[in-house]
Amino acid sequence: MDAALKEQLEITACKVRMGIIEGVHSAKSGHPGGSLSVAEILTYLYFVHMNIDPKNPKMENRDRLVLSKGHAAPALYSVLANRGYFDTSLLTTLRQIGSILQGHPDMKHIPGVDMSTGSLGQGISAAVGMALSAKHFGQNYKVYAVLGDGEIEEGQVWEAAMFAGNKGLSNLTAFVDYNNLQIDGTIEEVNSACPIDKKFEAFNWHTIVIDGNDFEQIEKALKEAETVDKPVAIIAKTVKGKGVSYMENAVNWHGAAPNDELYEQAMSELKAALAKMQ
Amino acid sequence: MSEVKKVATRVGFGNALVKLGEKRDDFLVLDADLAAATQTGMFKKAFPERFYDCGIAESNMMGIAAGIAATGKKVICSSFAMFAAGRAFEQVRNSIGYPHLNVIIGATHAGISVGEDGATHQCCEDIALMRTIPGMTIINPADETEAMKAVEAALEIDGPVYMRFGRLAVPVIFGDDYKFEVGKGVELKDGSDVTIIATGLMVNEALEAYELLKEEGINARIINMHTIKPLDKDIVIKAAKETGAIVTAEEHSVIGGLGSAVSEVLCEEYPVPVVKLGVYDVFGHSGPAPKLLDEFGLRAVNIVEKAKKAIAMKK
Repeated sequence: MDAALKEQLEITACKVRMGIIEGVHSAKSGHPGGSLSVAEILTYLYFVHMNIDPKNPKMENRDRLVLSKGHAAPALYSVLANRGYFDTSLLTTLRQIGSILQGHPDMKHIPGVDMSTGSLGQGISAAVGMALSAKHFGQNYKVYAVLGDGEIEEGQVWEAAMFAGNKGLSNLTAFVDYNNLQIDGTIEEVNSACPIDKKFEAFNWHTIVIDGNDFEQIEKALKEAETVDKPVAIIAKTVKGKGVSYMENAVNWHGAAPNDELYEQAMSELKAALAKMQ
Repeated sequence: MSEVKKVATRVGFGNALVKLGEKRDDFLVLDADLAAATQTGMFKKAFPERFYDCGIAESNMMGIAAGIAATGKKVICSSFAMFAAGRAFEQVRNSIGYPHLNVIIGATHAGISVGEDGATHQCCEDIALMRTIPGMTIINPADETEAMKAVEAALEIDGPVYMRFGRLAVPVIFGDDYKFEVGKGVELKDGSDVTIIATGLMVNEALEAYELLKEEGINARIINMHTIKPLDKDIVIKAAKETGAIVTAEEHSVIGGLGSAVSEVLCEEYPVPVVKLGVYDVFGHSGPAPKLLDEFGLRAVNIVEKAKKAIAMKK
């Protein structure tokens, strides 16, 4: 990866993180941990990889993304706003009455959201349907899904994986945000789906294991994904709460908003990181 | 008198898919390993490249249908009512209903007339479940003719559609000239003493009840309520005003189905006695479908009894 691009992406991811924290703080609720963990994945997809047009969010042949772990909506909204789908000032209206920014992604009202999600396990099926539609109707767009490592405890995920594997949906790439934490504890403590890669392989998917907070590895994995004739699962090891010291690897920040003091701390940490990059 | 032609509404569904498939290639059909039973198998045979079997995974099938619809394409997915509305309820609500996607759910084997398979497969709760989803259209055809016309009409509806079909062969009561309009109840017989509002296979029973009541000097109005949501409120209120008593008849639980929908309208708009005929909060059981319909009181004679009760309740 070009050093200048990498630097630019890291700056963008930092801004995305600031948007996440601002949104969740304003809402006084939401899910910062699993939003911060996927900042690099979503930033790379929307700023580099996907064939999209923020000025034409319904473009017929656009690539699609389904945020199957819909509670990471603050990350998706921040990426979409920073990418120009809507004004970044909307981010602080997250979860408020009258705002388009619902607690979980709403495709009917939010420009750039390709599927309404939030009930875990369901988004991946919709992504499979989109990929099937593209293949059937001879369209060449790609479909991306982002799943949580807790989410894949839902049986529907494996129904979808089975279908996609059997149908050889090579136009589908699913990221699993493997941050190792879910609401009730670590995934081992709760009900681990590990080994995640072996399970997807058993369903006839190609798998790639990467550091999901590293742009170079995300890029490399997506390039590899384009060369295989199977659906691809990218098991992305990430740090939950990445970028905010007290949220990193802390299970209690799955679904809690920072108070004013902790908000200031988070923002000053992110601003300092940004200043260092710029 | 010659024997009445009997065809299951699920066969009308299958025939309609094939007929539509000959005219247009812009929709896909999905099933969950029940194509031979739901009759999507007819479409599968005619257009194998446009048919996808999702296997025994109804929840995923609903999600796949939602994804196809989200790309702007039309899709019809099918399973038994129990699994389409029951097992996959939350997928229908969240992945299809909430984003108001153009997915047609062809749910067959509804009601106790499933017969021998018994209670686990006799879904009498599907209308109730689907009715609670905002923006869902619910169509319950009475015969093969109506089933075919309804499927064609459903493809033009904006938003999700739940279509309810039966396993049992039932009399074909409508000719090719029958006019079907989504959301418009059909007055099959005019009458002034009581109105029987029926849906699905109970429409034919209601027509038989009309004759039985006539013999006793009771003049019943018969309405075929093929669309349960959105309900044709006008025809219901008009019937209440003009006949003063209502009987609803459905092969579904009396909790949450057509009877509830009619009652909800009338108790707010024009209260008159409403007597509900349906499955009274019990599970079904195995047996031949016609005998079950007798046993569960889903026959013309039962409608007659309810009609008399409703008339007696008039002020």
